[in-house]
Amino acid sequence: MQKQSVFQSKLLPYALVAPQLAIVLIFFYWPAAQAVVQSFLLQDAFGLSTSFVWFENYQDILSQPDYFAAIVRTFVFSFAIAFSSLSSALLLAVMADKPLRGGTLYRTLLIWPYAVAPPVVGVLWVFMLHPSLGILARGLRGMGIDWNPLLDGNQAALLIILAAAWKQISYNFLFFLAGLQSIPKSVIEAAAIDGARPMRRFWTVTFPLLSPTIFFLLVINIVYAFFDTFGIIDTMTRGGPAKATETMVYKVYVDGLLGGNLGGSAAQSVILMVIVIGLTAIQFRFVERKVTY
Amino acid sequence: MVEQEGIQRYVAHAILWFGIAIVAFPVYLAIVASTQENAVIANGQMSLLPGGHFLQTYYQTIFVGTSGSTREPVGTMLLNSLVMALLIAFGKIAISIISAYAIVYFRFPFRMAMFWLIFITLMLPVEVRIYPTYKIVADLHLLDSYAGLALPLIASATATLLFRQFFMTVPDELLEASRIDGAGPFRFFWDTLLPLSRTNMAALFVILFILGWNQYLWPLLITTRDDMQTIQIGIRKMITTTDALTEWPVVMATAVLAMLPPVFVVVVMQKLFVRGLVETEK
Repeated sequence: MQKQSVFQSKLLPYALVAPQLAIVLIFFYWPAAQAVVQSFLLQDAFGLSTSFVWFENYQDILSQPDYFAAIVRTFVFSFAIAFSSLSSALLLAVMADKPLRGGTLYRTLLIWPYAVAPPVVGVLWVFMLHPSLGILARGLRGMGIDWNPLLDGNQAALLIILAAAWKQISYNFLFFLAGLQSIPKSVIEAAAIDGARPMRRFWTVTFPLLSPTIFFLLVINIVYAFFDTFGIIDTMTRGGPAKATETMVYKVYVDGLLGGNLGGSAAQSVILMVIVIGLTAIQFRFVERKVTY
Repeated sequence: MVEQEGIQRYVAHAILWFGIAIVAFPVYLAIVASTQENAVIANGQMSLLPGGHFLQTYYQTIFVGTSGSTREPVGTMLLNSLVMALLIAFGKIAISIISAYAIVYFRFPFRMAMFWLIFITLMLPVEVRIYPTYKIVADLHLLDSYAGLALPLIASATATLLFRQFFMTVPDELLEASRIDGAGPFRFFWDTLLPLSRTNMAALFVILFILGWNQYLWPLLITTRDDMQTIQIGIRKMITTTDALTEWPVVMATAVLAMLPPVFVVVVMQKLFVRGLVETEK
């Protein structure tokens, strides 16, 4: 698509694009290219010489049990966060979509956690479930559960998943509500006239009509779980105990902090890049379809 | 209208209030904790009702900081976060709107190539290029500066795309009319296009402000001096690894202060917020 009438100028358009282009080239493409180049190089222990090693860094990193575990963990976290957050948000959105008194108030009271930063989410949940002083931890211990996420890796992972899902409920709720409101009421009414009970109406009419929204949110939630959980993990567990909460992004960060293996760290970055490109491609194919409906 | 039976209505209200309670409880707890004494909290004897230390804790948090170490007062961190968030929000809008203007209202070689160059950055979030980007910022001597905090983050594929889509819907007659009035590209942009874009800019600003305020990984990497810390970084450093030293009331007060500006923006500018969110995610 193009405008029919435009301005004539040779230099002005370049001047207008220049600031953004400069930032994109200096802070996006140059570092990304460096990561790709470095991932094919191997530096000796003293940093004196580097040699081109093809895919050795990738082979190295992929054969590390630690890295493999981080990949599996990242996917498990993503699906657990996406599932728990999407299902609770959908339940709330279906309720809020009903013609109730105080409908807008409910919306306001449910969407604000979107604005809470991941590290703050981490701090809030640490405080609630801290083994020695957390108010919920006290309750759990009262029920006879040996709650100590500082030592128990599974409990720490559960804590991260809960906190991350908690933050994402508001976002999912908002999009589900918009999706529900765009379903024509006449369709639901037709099902009601045919004698379908509310539960049946939901699963056979509403849910299928909502599937584009669900798919869109699934992708968004997976991206969120991959990248935005960094702040939550860093304030809650710092990847521990014993790496039980170390995701792929967190591992890149930690390995880089320790320094040393430049090539390996770059290879990890490139693998993440490929994953983002894949997820974005899926998202855009879907959006395209939504537009051409 | 499908009829709602009475009991179903009550169930719906109950579920919604239950959801609100789950969403609000951690924050309520933070507010309550920020008004109590540290010793009481550290003993695990915290009460669920507000205590009497509200003014004392918040005064200490904003103007003094934690007492155990040489950390900065949270007031400084709030200022740093505010400057960074505003720079990011305004910066993104400014550079995106002019590049979208060039791409839509001019014909020039490599026009679409430039659009795609900007667009593809969507796939290069800071997390996938952490250390090379850090190195460039260090080489440019931008560590521990506002420019270093904001500059690498102000490119925006989504904002550029959004303005481009919007400009495409502006009728051509407007351009022709202002041309007849003798307006050049600057006048048209300033007098016609900018006023038309106001709502889009406001909606975008709300989202970008929250995004900027909540940045974490990038400031964590490039700020080393305590007086350049943003509030998100400051709060992380307050939780000491030896638990006994963590001053929980101050930490919780900091958490409340960190949440306040973005939550305020969401609640007060809800319409713009929802619009911005839906538009930037398309």
